Amino acid sequence: MESLKSSSALCVTRLRKSYDANEVVAGINFSVPPGTCFGLLGPNGAGKTTTLRCCLGLTQPDSGEITLCGEPIPAQANKARNRVGVVPQFDNIDPDFTVAENLLVYGRYFGIKDSLIRSRIPDLLDFAGLGGKDGARIQTLSGGMKRRLTLARALVNDPDVIFLDEPTTGLDPQARHLIWDRLKQLTARGKTLILTTHFMDEAERLCDRLAVLDHGHMVTEGAPRELIAAQIEPHVVEVFGDDVASWARARNTLGERLEVAGDTAFFYCRDTAPLLAALADEPALRYLHRAASLEDVFIKLTGRELRD
Amino acid sequence: MNTQHAFAFPRPGLRWLPVWRRNFLVWRKLAIPSVLGNLADPLIYMLGLGYGLGGLLPQVGGVSYVSFLAAGTVVSSTMNAATFEALYSAFSRMHVQKTWDAILNTPLSIDHVLTAELVWGASKSLLSGLAILIVITGLGLTTSPLALWVIPVIFLTGLAFAALGLIVCALAPSYDFFMYYFTLFITPMMLVSGVFFPADQLPPIVNSVAAWLPLSHAVLLARPLLLGEVPANAIGHVAALLGIALAAFYIATVLTRRRLLK
Repeated sequence: MESLKSSSALCVTRLRKSYDANEVVAGINFSVPPGTCFGLLGPNGAGKTTTLRCCLGLTQPDSGEITLCGEPIPAQANKARNRVGVVPQFDNIDPDFTVAENLLVYGRYFGIKDSLIRSRIPDLLDFAGLGGKDGARIQTLSGGMKRRLTLARALVNDPDVIFLDEPTTGLDPQARHLIWDRLKQLTARGKTLILTTHFMDEAERLCDRLAVLDHGHMVTEGAPRELIAAQIEPHVVEVFGDDVASWARARNTLGERLEVAGDTAFFYCRDTAPLLAALADEPALRYLHRAASLEDVFIKLTGRELRD
Repeated sequence: MNTQHAFAFPRPGLRWLPVWRRNFLVWRKLAIPSVLGNLADPLIYMLGLGYGLGGLLPQVGGVSYVSFLAAGTVVSSTMNAATFEALYSAFSRMHVQKTWDAILNTPLSIDHVLTAELVWGASKSLLSGLAILIVITGLGLTTSPLALWVIPVIFLTGLAFAALGLIVCALAPSYDFFMYYFTLFITPMMLVSGVFFPADQLPPIVNSVAAWLPLSHAVLLARPLLLGEVPANAIGHVAALLGIALAAFYIATVLTRRRLLK
């Protein structure tokens, strides 16, 4: 245990946090080796943000132990945060400052000398795809540019560990791809990333390991490929069309598992040949044959019901 | 927050300075309209009432009405500047722009943020009070070198009202909440603390309550100094303002920790 704490960038054991009678985090354990990307996935209200706040020392857990950058949290949280960068869920860059002033002012909070911050600004802006925008006012930036500035700001202290709370929510595909590319570069440089997201393709691409949270419990943990292989049949055929439900239920032996949601039937199969042959005789039905993905794991573990 | 830390006395050291500098940098971009706004309003009242109403009056408190009103104007505009900063501006940074959240992700804590807001509110009110002091001196309403002692009085008054304002900020659900503070506290205090007329004009019961209010202490320090006299019981009034500032700041810190560190 002690060796895990000292060798991990972040180590969380038996973490619990309740608000009134509502247990938001109900005893979770995970550890993140340095230089890897760890994903915290889960529906809204699963306890992801509370877990991140506990890790940063901003929320006092009811019980459990957290070690971040070798420091006990929350006791030494201020010290640990010297080596941490945070991309919060909602941008909170300073609207009264230019792009460069935002980085300068934020770097000062870490006690970094102005000259050192100024020397870092060009590289940070290049990295964030904001080269030459030093003097731009925040109001003139697009949503994607603000998000990238928030990422640059989180790197101003050259952190070892970076927390990202839904870093690409609300971005267009181009902006998301750019952020993904930059996050991969960061792990390649040896930075540790801790990421929450609702986008399963994002988690599948970026995370070395991930945990799925639901109602404060950790439902599963592992590498994305392993989780898919362990939980889901290799092939998924989604069938759409009028009255697909009764058609599919009559043929539920064509796949290992069948799920019907609205006007879509999901067949989870090892061998798709019999199903595809049956579909060939049904011109009214359309279908999509694809490999199993992390989203299938997520839905299987947390259900299809809406969360508020 | 465990209870031990939730009630711990703030010990911010000097790490709050970058947060103060952040507010200063924003202010510098808007300095001219900000100073003009803080200067014009109280001066219009002082000159309008002082010469207009003062022309109808014999001496007030032994001097011309406008000279009497000068000290009241300095401290009440100091109070207003510190109060507005600690209510509306600090609330914007805490609740709307989430500037404090961004800062709390760095090695700084709530104690640092609030100390910076306290000193910043007092600094901004110092600029307001100082601007009015300069105009008063230019108009010849004060001539004594003792008037220079009003400068620390302004800063101390600013600290007390910034600290009180931060309590209200910590409790506020929205901007509308601040109206209660103005209607129930600031405005009545302006009328009973000897800003516009000598406080002893009021019924003794009102007067004895008013004597405890922070603005009364500030008036009783600033007015004699501007008229070239050493204030009676100066140490008592300084201690009262300092005590209010420290107690209010402690309460504001505890309340803000409770609000933000859930």
